[in-house]
Amino acid sequence: MAQMEGSVIKFGNNINTDIISPPQYMELGIEESAKYAMSAVRPDFAEVVRTNKIVVAGDNFGSGSSRETSPLSLKYLGVDAVVAKFFARIFYRNSINVGLFVVECADADRIAENDRIRIDYQNGVIYNNTKSEEYSCTRIPDHLMKLIEKGGLVAFLKSELPGIMKMR
Amino acid sequence: MGQTMSEKILAKAAGQEAVSAGEIVWVNVDRAMMDDILGPRVEIAKHMKTLQDRVWDPDKVVIISDHYTPPASVQQAEIVKFTRDWAKEYQIENYFEFVGPCHQIMAEHGFVRPGTIVVGTDSHTCMGGALGAFATGIGSTEMLGVLQNGQIWLRVPETIRVRWEGKLPDGVMAKDLSLKTIGAIGHAGATYKAIEYVGAGISSLIIDERMAITNMAVEMGAKVGLMEPDEKTREFLTAHGVTDGDYNLKSDKDAVFSKTFTFWCEDLSPMVACPHQVDNVTEAVNVSKIPIHQAYIGSCTGGRYHDLKMAAELLKGKKKAKDVRLLVSPASDEVWRRADKDGILQTLAEAGATVLAPTCGVCVGLHSGMIAGGENCISSSNRNFIGRMGSKEAGIYLASPLTVAAAAVTGYVVDPREVYQN
Repeated sequence: MAQMEGSVIKFGNNINTDIISPPQYMELGIEESAKYAMSAVRPDFAEVVRTNKIVVAGDNFGSGSSRETSPLSLKYLGVDAVVAKFFARIFYRNSINVGLFVVECADADRIAENDRIRIDYQNGVIYNNTKSEEYSCTRIPDHLMKLIEKGGLVAFLKSELPGIMKMR
Repeated sequence: MGQTMSEKILAKAAGQEAVSAGEIVWVNVDRAMMDDILGPRVEIAKHMKTLQDRVWDPDKVVIISDHYTPPASVQQAEIVKFTRDWAKEYQIENYFEFVGPCHQIMAEHGFVRPGTIVVGTDSHTCMGGALGAFATGIGSTEMLGVLQNGQIWLRVPETIRVRWEGKLPDGVMAKDLSLKTIGAIGHAGATYKAIEYVGAGISSLIIDERMAITNMAVEMGAKVGLMEPDEKTREFLTAHGVTDGDYNLKSDKDAVFSKTFTFWCEDLSPMVACPHQVDNVTEAVNVSKIPIHQAYIGSCTGGRYHDLKMAAELLKGKKKAKDVRLLVSPASDEVWRRADKDGILQTLAEAGATVLAPTCGVCVGLHSGMIAGGENCISSSNRNFIGRMGSKEAGIYLASPLTVAAAAVTGYVVDPREVYQN
């Protein structure tokens, strides 16, 4: 899957993990708790992502906690990819590990809510069909792309573990 | 070329002579810590069954139920039970519960040592850097990988050096130093990087205080927050049963730092991080008169013995304001016993404090002290994100235990030195 196309739901800077997955609901399973994703800033999030499956945000998306429930909630709600100017470290890694596409794009501010965009991971380009613009984005490195395409770290471990074990 | 502390620790853990920033290395993990909220129950338990259904080295794994203890609902109780049972099933002897936030327990039980690699399913794992460990937070699936073979891949981080000169003035605490640093570097200013805290302003601090600083390195996006181990580190660890360790660990003189910040302790005043970002930092005097409904002293950032002692010194003979709830949660069972033995809990209780169990519950809005819409909480904890401690209509002000105690007395944000004088 080298490309992905969809409509955008737009956020600002510093969307932290307490916003993405509010701690009060984490004792519920992901099926229940995901409903409250982003509710502090976008109460209609769970509704809107049914049609707008690409999250676009500004700086520092996913800051804060190491909770994997954040990317898991987004994935559970059907989010296909998150585009941000840059990501917080643990969130970025968690996303790849659970098989959620995360793409860094310095021009993310130019993308608006409801814009229709196409992300070309292989070549590192985002096409904004609504505005007829294109932006460069970071290419996901091949070894991480392989991991995401397998469906995350678990699937990757299953296929690669014998090899990894030999590295010890 | 010289190496930074991070590079030295990672090189050793990777079995290499040297590594440098930007390189990706596979390292052997010395301790893998899981908590209840993000431990076995998230992705780990179910996938273990489909991989190698055993932990690579049960002695190197520590599990601590701290977020949902004491449980406030049946769901929370079920999660703690699940975590406890899972530890038993995988023969994890190092299982703790109801004794306080995991990072404090890790430190007090000697699991965090200079020059070692510690990973945990909680972002504040970076607190371990106060003892010279490369300690960092990871996700649950990542932990699953570690449990399989004891290894993790890490990108060797660049290092930002934060130098604090001088000595903290009276009434100013390590938490203020921590907040000042975060305000200057910014919420994402150290993303993917290591922070190394050096200078007399750091080395003069006791371990309790150092931990309040490294604990919050992640609030700047950092991977680790490191301090040079020294005699105080040795004393702390020896008192907690650790006899070995590399107490000479420090960056080489010619090591390369991506940036260096220098601050002077003498210039520092009590600080407050205002809603809803940790880097929204200002001096307490600039936000005085903000009404406070709840004052919280606790957590892995601000509930240690020294924190409680300082708060008790300010509160001795005083009473909290009538309309303020003052909640205190000692950061561990050990902290509780020491504070109890020395009369600190008594002093706090006489000032009107409600002394709670050691727990993460208040800080992360799970139980024991959630706040309602329209309320403000001043807290010695580490995050003031919207909705974190309860209602998204509430405001969280982060401050030192002294500033929290002072606000409990006046009912509004205040420079604690004003309350001391009265």
